[in-house]
Amino acid sequence: MTSMPKPFIDKHLPKNKLGLTVRNYEGSMSTLCAGCGHDSVTAALVQAFWELSLAPESAAKVSGIGCSSKTTAYFMGQSHGINCVHGRMPSVATGANAVNGDLHYIGISGDGDSLSIGFGQFAHAIRRNLNMLYILENNGVYGLTKGQFSAAADIGSTTKKGVPNEQTPIDPCIQALTLGAGFVARAFSGDKSQLVPLVKAALMHKGFALIDVISPCVTFNDHAGSTKSYAHTYKYYHPLVHTDFVAHAEEITGEYADDGAMRVTLHDGGELRLRKTDTDYDPRDKAQAIETLMMNGGDGEIRTGLLYLNEDMPDMHAANKLPQKPLNQLPYEALNPGKAALASLQKRYR
Amino acid sequence: MKDLVETASEVRVNDFVLKIANVNGTGSASANGLLMKAIFRMGVPVVGKNLFPSNIQGLPTWYEIRLTKDAYMARSGTAEFMVAMNAETYKQDLAEVSPGGFLLYDSTWPRPDLHTREDVTAIGVPLARMCNEAFENARTRVLMKNMAYVGAVAGLTGLDVEVIKELVTEMFGTKEHLITANMKAINIGLDYVREHFPDPLPLKVERMDATAGHIMIDGNTAAALGCVYAGATFGAWYPITPSTSLMDGFKSFCEKFRVDKETGEKNFCIVQGEDELASVGMAIGAGWNGARAFTPTSGPGISLMSEFIGFAYYGEVPVVLFDVQRAGPSTGLPTRTQQCDLTLAAYASHGDTKHILVFPANPKECFEMAVQSFDLAERFQTPVFFMTDLDIGMNDWMVPEFEWDDSYQPDRGKLLNKDELEAIEKFYRYEDKDGDGITYRTLPGVHPKGAYFTRGSGHNWKGGYTEDADEYKEVVDRLVRKWKSAADAVPGPVVRRCDAPASRAIISVGGCDGAVIEAMDQLAAKGVNLNYLRVRGFPFNTEVEAFIAEHDEVFVVEQNRDAQLRTLLVNETDAPKDKLVPVLDYAGMAANPKFIVEGITAYLDTLGDAA
Ligand SMILES: Cc1ncc(C[n+]2csc(CCOP(=O)(O)OP(=O)(O)O)c2C)c(N)n1
Ligand code: SF4
Ligand SMILES: [Mg+2]
Repeated sequence: MTSMPKPFIDKHLPKNKLGLTVRNYEGSMSTLCAGCGHDSVTAALVQAFWELSLAPESAAKVSGIGCSSKTTAYFMGQSHGINCVHGRMPSVATGANAVNGDLHYIGISGDGDSLSIGFGQFAHAIRRNLNMLYILENNGVYGLTKGQFSAAADIGSTTKKGVPNEQTPIDPCIQALTLGAGFVARAFSGDKSQLVPLVKAALMHKGFALIDVISPCVTFNDHAGSTKSYAHTYKYYHPLVHTDFVAHAEEITGEYADDGAMRVTLHDGGELRLRKTDTDYDPRDKAQAIETLMMNGGDGEIRTGLLYLNEDMPDMHAANKLPQKPLNQLPYEALNPGKAALASLQKRYR
Repeated sequence: MKDLVETASEVRVNDFVLKIANVNGTGSASANGLLMKAIFRMGVPVVGKNLFPSNIQGLPTWYEIRLTKDAYMARSGTAEFMVAMNAETYKQDLAEVSPGGFLLYDSTWPRPDLHTREDVTAIGVPLARMCNEAFENARTRVLMKNMAYVGAVAGLTGLDVEVIKELVTEMFGTKEHLITANMKAINIGLDYVREHFPDPLPLKVERMDATAGHIMIDGNTAAALGCVYAGATFGAWYPITPSTSLMDGFKSFCEKFRVDKETGEKNFCIVQGEDELASVGMAIGAGWNGARAFTPTSGPGISLMSEFIGFAYYGEVPVVLFDVQRAGPSTGLPTRTQQCDLTLAAYASHGDTKHILVFPANPKECFEMAVQSFDLAERFQTPVFFMTDLDIGMNDWMVPEFEWDDSYQPDRGKLLNKDELEAIEKFYRYEDKDGDGITYRTLPGVHPKGAYFTRGSGHNWKGGYTEDADEYKEVVDRLVRKWKSAADAVPGPVVRRCDAPASRAIISVGGCDGAVIEAMDQLAAKGVNLNYLRVRGFPFNTEVEAFIAEHDEVFVVEQNRDAQLRTLLVNETDAPKDKLVPVLDYAGMAANPKFIVEGITAYLDTLGDAA
């Protein structure tokens, strides 16, 4: 089986600032199961990047291994992508990013990929405040290896055959908060209206931006005993903060109603407008965010939205004093000390 | 007190081994380095070996300085002059002294035990007592004791104190008080031996002129410098002896050469990974994105990197791995040297994988081959293994000064730029346009036409996902063709022929070089004539196979138990297996000619008349 390009019909579709239609942001045809949450995430990504008028060559897609990690092949087919080894996407992203910070790094991972085999790399990429969008497509299982529990499975959530998980789950958002991520969000593949602005904001956030997307696995984890099923997620879905993302140009011309939203200008452009649906929740209060997630709100509801934002932390580039011009574009002359320097340097070894 | 000269067998000028036994963590390294440098400055060729434990403080260390007027580059394995500064190892140290040799010890406390060998002269110098009287603070006293034995050794062997002073002055620069204190300690030792042992030892250091145009440098520093000159901008690593000093070196050279004076911006990025998996992943990410990237490690790290190495091989991502080899797994012998990762590196990872390897033999080759490694990695779009070891990497070697040709330009390989992409109709990442197995590469961010998706095994020549057997085979068959074609691009072998015609030969690799050359001389003196080829790259250059064919028997000399170089020769050339006779040393010490001479002699003896 080879990958299939999608039929290309875009005559009457609206164009973005680059003159591209939404079809230009698609990739090859998905080979995931019909109804898989991951495909909805792909659709949201396509929408978001089209709306942002992201130039295809300005993005680099990185992923590990899993059904989720395959997603990078299904959007932005005109961008470079690398589908590396299981759980190790963050390291590849780190190296790539270090040598060219001008690109937008879009990382896609799964709960198995990020929270088990790749837990260390996930953690350390956050600690380095790697400037990237990190989407964790979370279905509570290993889809690609046919439904084993992942480390994100809740206690009591069952397999298809009714066997409950008894181990404590790892919550990627809590982890990210304690490890110092500046942008931590949770979303649901079934709510595109929430996911699209979050993706746009996360991409424009300078630093590590995690979106943990509950993305049900219809084949292995969408049954009655599962806490990562569509039905369960719809039932307990509880948006905490409503996020709008406004590109700068629109803001200048666009309507500006005083809707009580919190406005945040992002380093890489655009403005975030956050409206709390729970009045006492403050997305700038890390302790509150952690407490809310740890206590599950006390009611088992799945709290979503931009849970925490701190846009003032130096990213890896700043911390390493990397040059304005990407390292991979520096001319050799700027890197090589030359013959004379070598001769004089060697005096110390005489 | 015995008359020193009386007990000595012969006078040896610039031809003996000075071995210093210390406790680690006592600051002896700079004293020992000073001794070696002073000898080198006097124009006498030296070989220095540091034998140290995997420990920070309190365990025994030894430092060997071989003065070799004939400029041999290996250990001799003997010790004519022992400076025994570690009471814990006195017994062993005394036993090791060559007959007719000398042992200097701290006679602050009486040590009758050290006077028990008739054929060894023990020289007592009350180092601790004199330093305690001369210096105030406890730490200073310990440090200065080291300098005091430097002075004593100088006085006994004729090492020029003016040269030592010159070095001390360079070492401490403007810190006048340190120069004074160190020279004071040196003179304490010197004056004591001058007074108590006025007759010089038969082990003498005399000025020569055999080190001009040479430097003393370790291989890790040299390789690091090579990375800088190659234009490497990205390095990721996880600390592991004996590779750590490679990244330390890269960092310090970059701080010197690559920081913008005005803005403070750094034209390099070093990331300390969370482990070796991450480190190689980062280097691969950077290589994929077009930077010259590397990771220094040792065998345990290569083991961990294994999966990623296969990925880079199949995805055709350039990256350079420095394997500073050390003995065995985890604890035990991590500070001992071996050439034990040859087969590991040659076929690292799962699936069908074969890699390009380079084998430097000394720091000069480390510098040069580091640069070549990056060229090879980009030209062949694949991981390249730089196979060095603890002995080469961490010991200071006397080598000819490094040279640089300012006309050098990095070989970026088949890398399409924006204009080239603009001009072509359609780009396929793995299309073998030129029929040489090497395809064209593009970088993210350059042109939408250049976009492709990098995957492991499951891709076809267009870069598309595939599970089709024929498409897969097409890719892997090309990969092995590409690998084979590197045989003539890797550094070629070095051949040394003996004066007489020889039907037998030695093939060796890396840091065995000096020991092989010395062994050849010793064997020639016994009438055993051998030619010698040193392999410097893998896949093997065609010359290697021809060399084997030319001889009736070839001794394969290497430092591991399993004859790994021999395994590679058997695997990758048409050489008949029984023609390749293993000569092995895997004790973890830098090679000395003894195992080679003994191994070959023993083999020839078994042949008896048939030889
Ligand atoms: C080193 C290694 N071990 C195991 C696997 C097998 N494997 C492939 S995907 C996967 C789990 C993926 O789970 P997740 O990241 O949650 O992705 P999902 O399929 O659920 O989207 C495993 C264990 C592998 N590819 N590599
Ligand atoms: S197995 Fe599950 S995660 Fe994988 S594609 Fe099917 S539904 Fe999606
Ligand atoms: Mg999963």
